Amino acid sequence: MEAALQSPNYILEFTYIVASILFIWGLKSLSHPDTARKGMFLAEAGMAAAVIGTLFHRDIHFFGWIIAGLILGSMVGAAFAVWVPMTAMPQRTALSHAFGAIAAALVGIAEFVMHSGTMSTFTRSALGLEVMLGTLTTTGSLIACGKLQGVIRGTPMQFKGQQFVNMLIFLSMVGCFAYSLHNPAATPFFYGMVTLGFVFGVMLVIPIGSADMPVVMSLLNSYAGLSSAATGFVLGNNILIIAGTLDGFSGFILSILMCKAMNRSITNVLFGGFGAVHAKAAAGAGGEMHEISLEDAAVRLAYASKVVFVPGYGLATAQAQHAVRELADILEERGVTVKYGIHPVAGRMPGHMNVLLAEANVPYGDLYEMEQINPEFPTTDVALVVGANDVVNPDARDNSDSPIAGMPILEVDRAKSVIVLKRGQGRGFSGLENPLFFKSVTSMLYGDAKASLSRLAQEVKNV
Amino acid sequence: MSPLFILAIQAQPTVAEVMDPKVLIAAFYVFALAAFLGYQVISRVPPLLHTPLMSATNAISGISLVGSLVIAGAYKFNFHKLAAGGVGAHESWATVMGFIAVFTATVNVVSGFGLTDRMLKMFRKEFKKKEAQK
Repeated sequence: MEAALQSPNYILEFTYIVASILFIWGLKSLSHPDTARKGMFLAEAGMAAAVIGTLFHRDIHFFGWIIAGLILGSMVGAAFAVWVPMTAMPQRTALSHAFGAIAAALVGIAEFVMHSGTMSTFTRSALGLEVMLGTLTTTGSLIACGKLQGVIRGTPMQFKGQQFVNMLIFLSMVGCFAYSLHNPAATPFFYGMVTLGFVFGVMLVIPIGSADMPVVMSLLNSYAGLSSAATGFVLGNNILIIAGTLDGFSGFILSILMCKAMNRSITNVLFGGFGAVHAKAAAGAGGEMHEISLEDAAVRLAYASKVVFVPGYGLATAQAQHAVRELADILEERGVTVKYGIHPVAGRMPGHMNVLLAEANVPYGDLYEMEQINPEFPTTDVALVVGANDVVNPDARDNSDSPIAGMPILEVDRAKSVIVLKRGQGRGFSGLENPLFFKSVTSMLYGDAKASLSRLAQEVKNV
Repeated sequence: MSPLFILAIQAQPTVAEVMDPKVLIAAFYVFALAAFLGYQVISRVPPLLHTPLMSATNAISGISLVGSLVIAGAYKFNFHKLAAGGVGAHESWATVMGFIAVFTATVNVVSGFGLTDRMLKMFRKEFKKKEAQK
């Protein structure tokens, strides 16, 4: 045990402490958009210090593979950073969870291959946790990424006895872990655990629909972080424990927020298989939808004193965020007050809609959270719903039999009038019927969201 | 455990330090305090910035790069030993795994910080009319 006899590398430990402080400082600065950018520069400096410091680690003797990895990784990373469009942020984030998790898993496997004989039982259990979380997060995130990108079908994939099969895989994985903990020389059990981890990740995410992705993303974020933290325990490296724990808790907090925003529990999202319950829910809604002409809609908007835009994921798929901003600009020039009501689960990941609107140059002062905007709807002349459906479904509030009962919604139906931009008469992403569309205050404007918004802007100019 | 395997281990300088109980307890302190601090800091982040937050924490947890670096650089890579398989191939396998881990972690660090900055640049309190018309 050469390493244990040596004194700690004080310079390295010092850079790690500095980096940890800078990381926390950076995250703290994210509490306000004005301070956020500067804070992230600090975190970047911390990362650079930690990486450069590590290059002087006494166990590093060969630099070829390190340099190759750093250069290749920087090139691919920089390409992502420059070219990933904001609409694709959910896929990119899912992919980065997979990348982070595979890094942790591989470090764990390599440590096992080289040192399992000299490890204490505690270190080996941390290593097992690291590898299990790492492997299942890797494949789980890749499936999530595929679903978000549209490579894999976004609807839940379910079969009979799925939960039983999943439970069996999970228990076998834990069983392999337990046995290899007891007998580290039985390497087939360790590799069995690795394989089952990869399989379990796939099985965990395929039954989950795209609409539930905000929760799944947050949860996988949490697992990836905890996997890094476990790596810290294996290597006895405090900065890994700190950064991994911060990441893990961030994901955990976001999961809880997302679940609250949908009034569902995490177990319900993971095992509930949303999409199976819809048959009876459709019964409640009915009646006539009122269509509105483009000209009438334009007049109504032009003579309003307050308009609230309610964007949903449909806005992102139609790439209509810039068209929304243009219409808002024209309305504001006429003296109309324009606000945006953002539901926490609008979009495919936490906060996605805010980023899309910020990209279209909407100042963040105009973006309102659900709790802030709901009291304003009764004094709103026109609520303009663009590509949102479930988050404005009054059934969630009024109908206790609805599968989304209890989910907090944007109460657009309390506005003086509502205009819904919709592609066609079909149902939304979750397949639920939306009684909002049949209410007397609601008018439907059919067509592609982007084209409708541009033409609305043109019409308002002519009013 | 097979005698060969033990030999293979003893021949190497070890990367992992054996955790004595004191170090272990200290590590748990670090974990508990980081969890508490993380909860305090992150629950103050407004929903407005949740996407940049996720991207930033992702970049920060790319710090697992430091673990990957040590694995990728600790052992000599030998293609013939790798091809021959068995215990002799372990070092080379570790190097390959370390290399992949360095690659993926670096991608996360660079793209994570890059995208976070790109997003944060877009959040502005107000836009001057001229700027908006561009």
